[in-house]
Amino acid sequence: MSFIKSTFRHPRLPVNDLGLTYRDYEGALSTLCAGCGHDSLTAAIIQACHELSIEPHKVAKMSGIGCSSKAPNYFLNKAHGFNSVHGRMPSVATGANLANQELLYLAMSGDGDSASIGFGQFAHVVRRQLNMVYMVANNGVYGLTKGQLAATADRGVKNKGGDVSLFNDIDLCVTALQLGASFVARSFSGDKKKLVPLIKAAISHKGFAFIDIISPCVTFNNHAGSTRSYDYVHDHITTGAVADFVPVKTEITSDIDSGECEDVCLHDGSIMRIQKLDENYASTNASQAIMDIERHKQDGKILTGLFYLEPTASDFHEINDTNDMPLNQLDQDALCPGSRVLTSINESFR
Amino acid sequence: MTDNLTISDDKSSTELLINEFVVRFANTNGTGSASANNMFAKAILRMGIPVSAKNIFPSNIQGMPTWYEVRISQKNYLGRRGGKAELVVAMNAQSLSDDINIVKEGGYLLYDSSRALPDSQIRSEINYLGMPISNICLKEYSDPRQRQLFKNVIYVGALAALLSMDFTLLKALVRDQFKGKEKLITPNIYALELGYQYANKHFICPLAIKVESRDLINNRILVDGNTGVGLGAVYGGATVVGWYPITPSTSVIEKFASYCHRLRIDPASGKKNYAIVQVEDELAAIGVAIGAGWNGARAFTATSGPGVSLMAEFLGLAYFTEIPMVLVNVQRSGPSTGMPTRTQQSDILACAYASHGDTKQVLLFPDSPSECFDFSAQAFDIAEQLQTPVIIMSDLDLGMNDHLTEEFSWQDDKRYDKGKVLTAEQLDEVEVFGRYIDVDDDGICYRTLPGTHPDKGAFFNRGTSRNRFAGYTEKSADYVDNMERLTKKFYSAIHFLPKPEIQQGKKKAPIALVYFGTSSHPIAEAIDQLQEQGLATDTLRIKAFPFHLQIEQFIDEHSLNNKKVFVIEQNRDAQMKSLLVNELQIDPNKLTSVLNFDGLPITSGFIVQTVLAQLASPQLNTKVG
Repeated sequence: MSFIKSTFRHPRLPVNDLGLTYRDYEGALSTLCAGCGHDSLTAAIIQACHELSIEPHKVAKMSGIGCSSKAPNYFLNKAHGFNSVHGRMPSVATGANLANQELLYLAMSGDGDSASIGFGQFAHVVRRQLNMVYMVANNGVYGLTKGQLAATADRGVKNKGGDVSLFNDIDLCVTALQLGASFVARSFSGDKKKLVPLIKAAISHKGFAFIDIISPCVTFNNHAGSTRSYDYVHDHITTGAVADFVPVKTEITSDIDSGECEDVCLHDGSIMRIQKLDENYASTNASQAIMDIERHKQDGKILTGLFYLEPTASDFHEINDTNDMPLNQLDQDALCPGSRVLTSINESFR
Repeated sequence: MTDNLTISDDKSSTELLINEFVVRFANTNGTGSASANNMFAKAILRMGIPVSAKNIFPSNIQGMPTWYEVRISQKNYLGRRGGKAELVVAMNAQSLSDDINIVKEGGYLLYDSSRALPDSQIRSEINYLGMPISNICLKEYSDPRQRQLFKNVIYVGALAALLSMDFTLLKALVRDQFKGKEKLITPNIYALELGYQYANKHFICPLAIKVESRDLINNRILVDGNTGVGLGAVYGGATVVGWYPITPSTSVIEKFASYCHRLRIDPASGKKNYAIVQVEDELAAIGVAIGAGWNGARAFTATSGPGVSLMAEFLGLAYFTEIPMVLVNVQRSGPSTGMPTRTQQSDILACAYASHGDTKQVLLFPDSPSECFDFSAQAFDIAEQLQTPVIIMSDLDLGMNDHLTEEFSWQDDKRYDKGKVLTAEQLDEVEVFGRYIDVDDDGICYRTLPGTHPDKGAFFNRGTSRNRFAGYTEKSADYVDNMERLTKKFYSAIHFLPKPEIQQGKKKAPIALVYFGTSSHPIAEAIDQLQEQGLATDTLRIKAFPFHLQIEQFIDEHSLNNKKVFVIEQNRDAQMKSLLVNELQIDPNKLTSVLNFDGLPITSGFIVQTVLAQLASPQLNTKVG
């Protein structure tokens, strides 16, 4: 196992519009277990940010506590990160976003962090329509405390130690859809080809974007009988539509044939090209998406893909009518009413 | 049964009291009495006579007893006096017996005589002023809501006659109060007249207690502390608020919001230069403030004891990650239900040592609405200078009651101090950046904000141990190094905090009173009463934690040669004394506690009695309640 990150660079690594290679988007060496799904996920984030030419330092990485929440340390070294308190990342992200709406907020959380201790904060950040990308690395277990069942584990499954999940599971995509998230998707960390376009679209989307990423825990939840193991997910995954991302100002090239697809224009002008595989599928119908998720679950399938997209959604600042100038950049002249105003305020208390 | 007019010659021989008495209003909550009572207090203020008002209210919206206690004092004794009231306005049948018993011997009870009082309610040593207020309203008004509301205005009109208030001024006050709602002016003045004329016709006006115009207010204003804190936050440059409603802190945010609505709209775009979000709970409220503080905005939240408990985990994170933010704690009595509308100073230790692990928090103790304004504005500088949470320790009495206080003032040449934050240009000049390198040897390091520089200054902010470069580490030496630096920073904090207010002669007095926050209100009266007993006092008011050196010196000097230092506070467990003993390594026997924790603001009477009792029979280390 490596403990030092190689600084070797291929001399002809492709550069993006900013002249940066993907290595400029990397983070510290991962300390997660070898084969952890989260490492594939961070690789997908790195690829998405590189290909979108995101300025690395204009990103704020937010996380709670858990293996998933350690992950922001493993991408975008040039961005500030905030590894906060278990289950409370959504409120910290809210404050950060209120202070400066110009940064890109990439948040990483886990099933314990978002579906248990932080379920309330998760629900309310969705309601608030905070402009952020909220990714949950969902493996159905608590990795950092060694394998306890999470609230996203399917009812009836056993963990590695033989404990049975006794209670109904929480599907965070269904929760997000019910509470009005304007971008909801599920993907699999083992399928980077589908995951990267979703991350890119979520970044380009204005409003609250949620991606539930099934990300197997190789150490505590990859055994026979688990419904979050690599094998199980490979065998049971299905999708209602294939989505591809076409960036702004580029010629539309996609693996998807334009004949049978729908193009949705995102906030920044980029395009989400969606090819239906299931005839019921409609990217603009949240209640249909909830029904589809439940139906596939009953059939023993894991439905993935883009569930819902509201391309013209508003975000907190639009609702609040906040000044376009980030609040953390306003100077004293804009903030302090001064002594003359105070004189008249004093008069009201005489 | 008694009739409506029972002022007998012997009882009205009450000594003449001018501008020095207490009026207590007993009402039912939800009946609109608050605005009428408030009008009464403001009229006294406009007559130039010092006044203070305490609202003693239940945790309820409608139907339970509520009291409003107005102290009128040309001697400027604005704390509670204790004891009985010279005049009680009894408008609540539920509490009538208690209200009759609270009238001072020779004092007056103004009551609604629409139903006659039973004989059991007659105390021979007080004067009964019966006025058929319900019947008057029944006759005058057809709308049930008006019948209720105008009762309050009618008794204020009667008081104007009974106490010889300036009636023209009172009517002018009504016009001011209903500016913008002109329709209400005429009916309110009419109701005042009803009461005024009834009293003049049926009672001998004025009574032996009365008011006379003076010019004793100077620049002072009558306002509550939560308004001071909210407005101070506007002046201090706060832009982000996360909050959750809880009595008695709610109006801090409401005032902040209403002043922002007036004063913080960007003139060019018409958009808001602030963001306030009512979140799901107190955990999220402080999370929002921390996230915004990390990102370089001035942010705060306000809560009370139960909210502080919920925020404790985040306070630990903010302490350890060194994020500036301001927390306003408007303290109240005890846990979630019971006495949430009563006052206390009982979160001192919970806040000073808030959170898990080794944590110490910076506290400010304002004692007046004016100081609430100053400390609130200043707290944002202090938080950024120190890169740590600053907790403003207000309480229900300070926050929600109107106090006569110095007018709010602001120096326009005073600039915000954002502390040690590196710009992109400064980062370019720095050879090696490490978030936790103690460059200036004061424990306060240089921080960077997200998005500042393309290549330098970014770090992963975490609540686990880190080295000086913010790198993850579990090495004991790195952890110890960081914790020792945080201790150094805590003592550096003293230089940024307001100094204690000390009053002492060249020759040290035999008695010293140490107090903070609202416990200072009855001090002037207590000092005068002790002086009447031949006891001189020196005083020290604590304004901040960590403690200034002068506090230790003062206690040392005043505990020599049989001198006695009293620590006056409003909690059961002598929390400030404990903090002094713990932090300054003071011999506990040097400090004698005066502890009021009944949920009502501490009185001068209680302080004097406790001090005298302790002097007569010292009970060292015994907490006197």
